[in-house]
Amino acid sequence: MKYFMKTTPTPDQPLAPPTPDMMGEMGAYIEEGFRNGTLVATGALDPRTTRIQSSGGKITVTDGPFSEAKEAVVGWAIVEVKSKEEAIELSKRFWQIVGDGQGTLQRIYDPNEAPQS
Amino acid sequence: MAESRGDVVHRTIDAVWRMESPRLIAGLTRIVRDLALAEDLAQDAQVAALQQWPISGVPDNPGAWLMGTAKHRAIDTFRRQATLEQKSQELGRELEIEQLTRPDLDTAIDNAAIGDDLLRLVFICCHPVLSVDARVALTLRLLGGLRTDEIARAYLVGEATIAQRIVRAKRTLTEARVPFEVPQGPDFEARLASVLQVIYLVFNEGYSATAGVDWVRPELCQDALRLGRILGGLVPDEPEAVGLVALMEIQASRLHARVTASGSPIPLLEQNRARWDQLLIRRGLAALERAESLGEARGPYALQAAIAACHAQARTAEATDWRRIVGLYDALAQLQPSPIVELNRAVAVGMAFGPEAGLELVDALVVEAALKSYHLLPAVRGDLLAKVGRRDEARTELLRAAALTGNVPERDLLLERAARF
Repeated sequence: MKYFMKTTPTPDQPLAPPTPDMMGEMGAYIEEGFRNGTLVATGALDPRTTRIQSSGGKITVTDGPFSEAKEAVVGWAIVEVKSKEEAIELSKRFWQIVGDGQGTLQRIYDPNEAPQS
Repeated sequence: MAESRGDVVHRTIDAVWRMESPRLIAGLTRIVRDLALAEDLAQDAQVAALQQWPISGVPDNPGAWLMGTAKHRAIDTFRRQATLEQKSQELGRELEIEQLTRPDLDTAIDNAAIGDDLLRLVFICCHPVLSVDARVALTLRLLGGLRTDEIARAYLVGEATIAQRIVRAKRTLTEARVPFEVPQGPDFEARLASVLQVIYLVFNEGYSATAGVDWVRPELCQDALRLGRILGGLVPDEPEAVGLVALMEIQASRLHARVTASGSPIPLLEQNRARWDQLLIRRGLAALERAESLGEARGPYALQAAIAACHAQARTAEATDWRRIVGLYDALAQLQPSPIVELNRAVAVGMAFGPEAGLELVDALVVEAALKSYHLLPAVRGDLLAKVGRRDEARTELLRAAALTGNVPERDLLLERAARF
């Protein structure tokens, strides 16, 4: 099963700027994940979002909301694991490297799988 | 549904076990020089986790916690042995054992050593002194981190059978005094081939189950893929190990496309290619490129990966480069002659040069003893006969194929096809 995880930084709690040590550790962690296949893909998102809304056949596009904090870039990863707990364990290791902050985990369904309530 | 905290902790321990146990057992085996004892120690640590973590919470570094706990058990075990020996031997023995074991214990958690230990574990699990069934069970258990009941379910046998198979395998290794080491010299190739065979067997059982009600068991494919990737990381310069990873990545890209929602198989050429996992295809193609750059000539796994890549790169079934596939099967047949390769080659020839040409090759295989109970022979022959208009014979062959397969959805599909004639 796949999980989508991302960091959810807030202006009052941006992630600490990465140190060379942290980057080295993260690089090794990412490489290991790619090699053993648990890490399917990873990257960063621009915190500025564009919102699209459909209502009664009318589409509204709005830019924003914008975050003030420049450090608020959102990091994301897709992992292939056997259980939610394994995804959590992988995420824990990410946060042990990164330090303070917060994020979310969401299950990704493959085309043949039905979401379970 | 409300979950108790204990359930969550138990599932966390399962997850941690799956992630950490191979390294744990590998490190411990090097220390205690006995696979069975190492696994016992690792399991003692897991039991301790099951007792303590629900109360104390999951530690920040669960792998180190398990290793530390197992180390203490190892020291206790050595002390007990030493105490027993003291009764008949001199008193200095305990100290000697302490000195012998201490430095080893400390280096066991050294990261650099972990890769070597894991590779030793891979080779011991797939040792030729064991039957192929035992190699598969031991590999899934010690390297895949699967529980006995999970292996039993995957192979549709009783849990007791698997448990016994694993116990016997460990005993065989101890009795044969199989060293915990990576084979050197001319031995290496043959031993690596045995490892690759075990991993590919697991993958294939997941990819098209030989028996049972499920056509595919994606979990087993995932387990094999994971083992393959770990091995590929341990021996990144071995073209056939990398070739096997390439093959499995590309095959696995079709897992979701080769079965209907109700569980019936969908043949390759009828699959919705939009459902193929492009990420796995990319990983597979990259691994194939690497395998090809490592060796002068492609080995059997790299060749099969190259064949899989032909399919993966064809945007439609009609765009398949069948002539290239025939060429690759020619090379495979030269390298590893087998009636099954010939049968696959016949299918490709039938697609590239017309069903008559394919049928001619298949007809020559009918006398092969090795294919006597192989359901895909009459299945392929039935298809080719249908294409050349020999409908009655096609029907007979498809019925024969249906009678030979142990897999329920596959049998249903063959019967359905037979009913069209």
